[in-house]
Amino acid sequence: MTTAISVSGLVKTFGQTRALDGLDLTVRTGEVHGFLGPNGAGKSTTIRVLLGLLRADAGEIRLLGGDPWADATSLHRRLAYVPGDVSLWPNLSGGEVIDLLGRLRGGLDTQRRADLLERFDLDPTKKGRTYSKGNRQKVALVAALSSNVELLVLDEPTSGLDPLMEAVFQDCINEEKDRGRTVLLSSHILAEVESLCERVSIIRLGRTVETGTLAELRHLTRTSISAELAAAPNGLTNHPGVHDLQVDGTHIKFDVDTKELDAVLRQLTQVGVRSLTSQPPTLEELFLRHYEADMAIENGKHAAVAK
Amino acid sequence: MTATLATEPARVAATGQRDGFAGTGALLRLTIRRDRIIASIWILLFVIMAASSSSASQDLYNTLESRVRAANAVNDTAATLALYGRVFDPTSLGAVSLIKLGAMGAALVALVAIFTVVRHTRAEEEAGRAELLGATVVGRYAPLTAALLLSVGISLVLALLTALSLIGTGLPAAGAIAFGLSWAGAGIAFAAVGALAAQVTEGARTARGIAASVLAAAYLLRAAGDASGTDDSTWLSWLSPIGWAQQVRPFAGDRWWVLIYLVFFAALVTVGAYLLVARRDHGAGLLPQRPGRAAAARSLSSPLGLAVRLQRGGLVGWLIGMVIGGLAFGSIASQVGEFVDSDSARDMIMKLGGERGLVDAFLSAEMGIIAVVASAYGISAALRLRVEETTFRAEPILATRISRVRWAASHVTIAIGGTTLLLLTVGVFAGFAYGAAADDMAGFGRVLTAALVQLPAVWVLTGITVLVFGFAPGLVLAGWGALVVFLMLGQLGPIFELPQWAMNISPFTHTPKLLGGEFAAMPLVWLTLVAAALVAAGLVGFRRRDIG
Repeated sequence: MTTAISVSGLVKTFGQTRALDGLDLTVRTGEVHGFLGPNGAGKSTTIRVLLGLLRADAGEIRLLGGDPWADATSLHRRLAYVPGDVSLWPNLSGGEVIDLLGRLRGGLDTQRRADLLERFDLDPTKKGRTYSKGNRQKVALVAALSSNVELLVLDEPTSGLDPLMEAVFQDCINEEKDRGRTVLLSSHILAEVESLCERVSIIRLGRTVETGTLAELRHLTRTSISAELAAAPNGLTNHPGVHDLQVDGTHIKFDVDTKELDAVLRQLTQVGVRSLTSQPPTLEELFLRHYEADMAIENGKHAAVAK
Repeated sequence: MTATLATEPARVAATGQRDGFAGTGALLRLTIRRDRIIASIWILLFVIMAASSSSASQDLYNTLESRVRAANAVNDTAATLALYGRVFDPTSLGAVSLIKLGAMGAALVALVAIFTVVRHTRAEEEAGRAELLGATVVGRYAPLTAALLLSVGISLVLALLTALSLIGTGLPAAGAIAFGLSWAGAGIAFAAVGALAAQVTEGARTARGIAASVLAAAYLLRAAGDASGTDDSTWLSWLSPIGWAQQVRPFAGDRWWVLIYLVFFAALVTVGAYLLVARRDHGAGLLPQRPGRAAAARSLSSPLGLAVRLQRGGLVGWLIGMVIGGLAFGSIASQVGEFVDSDSARDMIMKLGGERGLVDAFLSAEMGIIAVVASAYGISAALRLRVEETTFRAEPILATRISRVRWAASHVTIAIGGTTLLLLTVGVFAGFAYGAAADDMAGFGRVLTAALVQLPAVWVLTGITVLVFGFAPGLVLAGWGALVVFLMLGQLGPIFELPQWAMNISPFTHTPKLLGGEFAAMPLVWLTLVAAALVAAGLVGFRRRDIG
């Protein structure tokens, strides 16, 4: 297995602000990689370093086997980029922008362009200033998806798209995956990441805090269990993997560390289980855990200042 | 909701909103806060222009005889009548010394008014900021009202300070106030035109273009009216707001009643603007948005193709201005011999090379002004790079296989090529007008050369802009700063007797002044090399820095 993107120890500072603080990211060739993090975590900065728009202060960065700063133009032939906030020229039509970007990238598939315009229900004759946010996003998406490139770099590509178009987008990304393309997908829409991505990286304050397959990440968190038992439970209170236990006669509810699931379930079946529902952790919970950690640090800072 | 509609349906339907003026005061404070520096600079520039023009003329025209001669030189020549207008009282010091600023100054004040109004109305709407404010307690008419009040305020403050400065130079108070008010009247009239234009189109750029075209038409109408009359302006001048500003006749009768024309015109046009505001949707214009092409033309497949597409409209406007300016300068140059009113000056000029030397000197001076104008175009065309960068439109281009240098070079090419085209145009049309008027087609080449020798100095300004863009993009307005400094060196240097090394800082110092015998190619070669080095250094800097 080869890697499309490998970043280690990436540092980027803007004046006093340390936007990226030793970030690591590995995207394997042919995978759809989810790139998550709260606002201001450094996702767009990382992407702009990967595109050679910003120069890294420190760190090892390889993109499609090259150096994104030194080999920018030759690497750009092989990738397409959709920015998070698409800004179009007011007096150019959407169709003109799609063609322009396609040509500058080295050609686009006209058949696919027509097909995508149809699927995204986009009128290419409207001028840039008259498009809504969602439609501007569609212009950039059609331009990127109708080019024949190895790597798609998408920075929150579906912000502003309606649910119907979100579904079209997911279909398109799945097709890209089938055609063997690599996708780096920065997103806030966790359902989208869950349904599209094999592996995800979560970043916070310019550092990578989690990376791996969704299954691996789930393993690190807790599953919620709600069960009706044959008798009162025993010994669960002392079990180190069990949290937030609530006992109401024979009905119990608790969260369990996913790696302790086996042991805890064995204990339950000893008592006898009448009914059981279990809920795997959602990506949202994974994400919120880090987000809350962020808030805690922020609050800590404020508290320190207040003192 | 139903209840309110039932109780007051008529009023809501008529205005579309209950209190259309809510929030005007707060918006006015916001516009003043945003414009306080730029408006102060404008006002100051106009005041200095009027005061220095007046005080410089005090010695020049201190005798009645000299005033009448100067006034007749203007009044007897169709070209100067068209360009400046008529001196209505050849004996009046004020009328003679401010002739160049009457119509021209009024038109410049009008331009400031147009830009101010459009900047706070349509430009805000186009940028989406007006929507943010419109969702708060701000009435439908509030943004337009605030913009108009600001523009009227700027015009009146400018009028007052100009009048005071003119009184300070020793001119009669009544005339000075009439002069100031004639400027303010033009500003207020065209603020209204700007307000109306801002309702018509969806784009601020087009709105400014429409209003500026109305201004140009008004100027041309009065030019035709002034030039076609033998003893007085004809009725054509009375069709033009700029003509009305002149017909106030400051220092030559002070006809206050003409100001009512300007106020009435402004009121009428403003009512039109308000009627349109009440009837159109937010963000929409009156002119329907024409659909664009579904696919890009072949020409739109390179950064240069894109740059041409983005800048061609603006360049065409500048070229039209150069055609008009060229025709005016060329025909004036053919009559330049009649301007020189002192025999000793004429003798001196004859010694310098005769009538031809005099014409060359005049052309060289006029082309010096054109060079500053062309430099302004070059700077603004090169600054498009920074505009594209800060609006995040450069990013998608730079994420393709297009290198940074190639992208930046596209707009630099427009700046260099555009300035070349501007000076070529002015040279050709001035040469043609001169040749036809003086019946001397051999003069065509001399006039064209006088225009083209300005190019290397103009390119240096483009080069400075690119250099700053490459190394210190946040300070990119320094290009304009450099132009102002060079302009000041050229204008004030001789007066303050600055040392030569200081004068040499300005590229315009090195442009050959006389085309005859002393024409030297070396300075031009050097200036071109400097400009090329500045551009190259700027591009190197741009390759190394962060985007955004």
